[in-house]
Amino acid sequence: MTAIEIKKLSKRYRDITAVDRLSLEIGAGELFSLLGVNGAGKTTTIKMLSCLTRPDSGDALLKGKSILRDSDGVKSIIAVSPQETAVAPLLSVRENLALMAGIHGMNKAETAAKIGELSEKLGLESVLSRKAGKLSGGWQRRLSIAMALISDPEILFLDEPTLGLDVLARSELWDLIRSLKGRMTIVLTTHYMEEAEALSDRTGIMKNGRLIALGTPAEIKAQAGTERFEEAFVKLVKEAEW
Amino acid sequence: MRMFSYSLRTAREILRDPLNLGFGLGFPLVLLFLLSAIQANIPVSLFELDMLTPGLTVFGLAFMTLFSAALIAKDRSSSLLQRLYTTPLRPSDYILGYMLPVLPISAAQCLLCYLAAACLGLKLTINVLWALLLLIPAEIFFIALGLLCGSVLTDKQVGGICGALLTNLTAWLSGVWFDLDLVGGTFKAIAYALPFVHAVEMERAVLAGNYSNIWTHLLWVLGYGIVALVAAVLLFLRQMRRQ
Repeated sequence: MTAIEIKKLSKRYRDITAVDRLSLEIGAGELFSLLGVNGAGKTTTIKMLSCLTRPDSGDALLKGKSILRDSDGVKSIIAVSPQETAVAPLLSVRENLALMAGIHGMNKAETAAKIGELSEKLGLESVLSRKAGKLSGGWQRRLSIAMALISDPEILFLDEPTLGLDVLARSELWDLIRSLKGRMTIVLTTHYMEEAEALSDRTGIMKNGRLIALGTPAEIKAQAGTERFEEAFVKLVKEAEW
Repeated sequence: MRMFSYSLRTAREILRDPLNLGFGLGFPLVLLFLLSAIQANIPVSLFELDMLTPGLTVFGLAFMTLFSAALIAKDRSSSLLQRLYTTPLRPSDYILGYMLPVLPISAAQCLLCYLAAACLGLKLTINVLWALLLLIPAEIFFIALGLLCGSVLTDKQVGGICGALLTNLTAWLSGVWFDLDLVGGTFKAIAYALPFVHAVEMERAVLAGNYSNIWTHLLWVLGYGIVALVAAVLLFLRQMRRQ
């Protein structure tokens, strides 16, 4: 079953075409990685799919809901964990989670139950009372993902979830993302090729707003004729015509 | 429910910042005690409690603009607002969520000012209650100004414009520190074309029980409050679309 159907999606910023007639289907429960160098159009694509930016042309259906005609419907089934850490710094971890629960219309009992469930699953129990702004980068990212999960989204967008984290924190976040696989559709953008290879069911490589390669990490390597995924990425991006 | 959750967050962020508490609540009180002490040694009619307290309550409200503008500008510069724009929150939830919690904080600040003045000898009469109630239009003006500045300025610009410029303008153009007649001319004309001095003179009139003198001042403050509110809402919606 298709969770996301992107149909000729385009976005221009003045003279620059950020996304150029992008068409793509992502299956339900799939973890799909969107790869590309800076300015390839990954973040603009995520912004359009999460109704933050309106496309100039084309459309996308998320679980059948159009980003153009039913943005409220789309917002009710998605969650986004942005590139930068998006937490309220002077609120405790518990209060940050409660804020997101309240925003999604949960009552007190539902909020308490959800915080208990998520903090156990994500190992946040020990920091629940600590101010979010005082946490390390790894913990803040973990909280950021927990905030995105509070509404049980059907589609989760993770924009560079491990950017700037140390090896240990990154490995812990990988475990967390792996534990979410299959339970929801996840669209991940990353600059780390080993991350994409380790976590993704399929990957799409973008260059100058266009999709230049699509497939499982193994298929991408086969397409490029390389042993390593990173080499495949570099080769495909360099050889792409536009 | 959604708006309430957002309001609660706004209130917590503002009240947990020690600088906010220091400047917003502490600074007007320090000035009240300091100027009262000066007045006790060298009598200046402008610094008598029934003249000084109304002025300090209005001056203190300028910090509410700073608090709300700083929070909104900081939220805009971080990814928090971007995250929240992908949730079912509606524009009205953001606007009310930013503005409503600052109203009781402003009212509490004004009440503290009057209570501190009472400790120094100000008579607590029913007029104090009316003075507090009639401060609401001025509170709305300053809070709306916060939403407006937070929607168009960066967090660094908010520090300079709301933290330095607005607080000084409120101080100079409100007749709190010196009688505007002493300067006169264009300065006085500018001061009376702005809402600060009207808010202070309205408060002084209410405290003195001269209710017949408040209406012109009230209209000025209400007018500025409505204009600031409409402009703030429009500019906030514009930055929402841009994000």
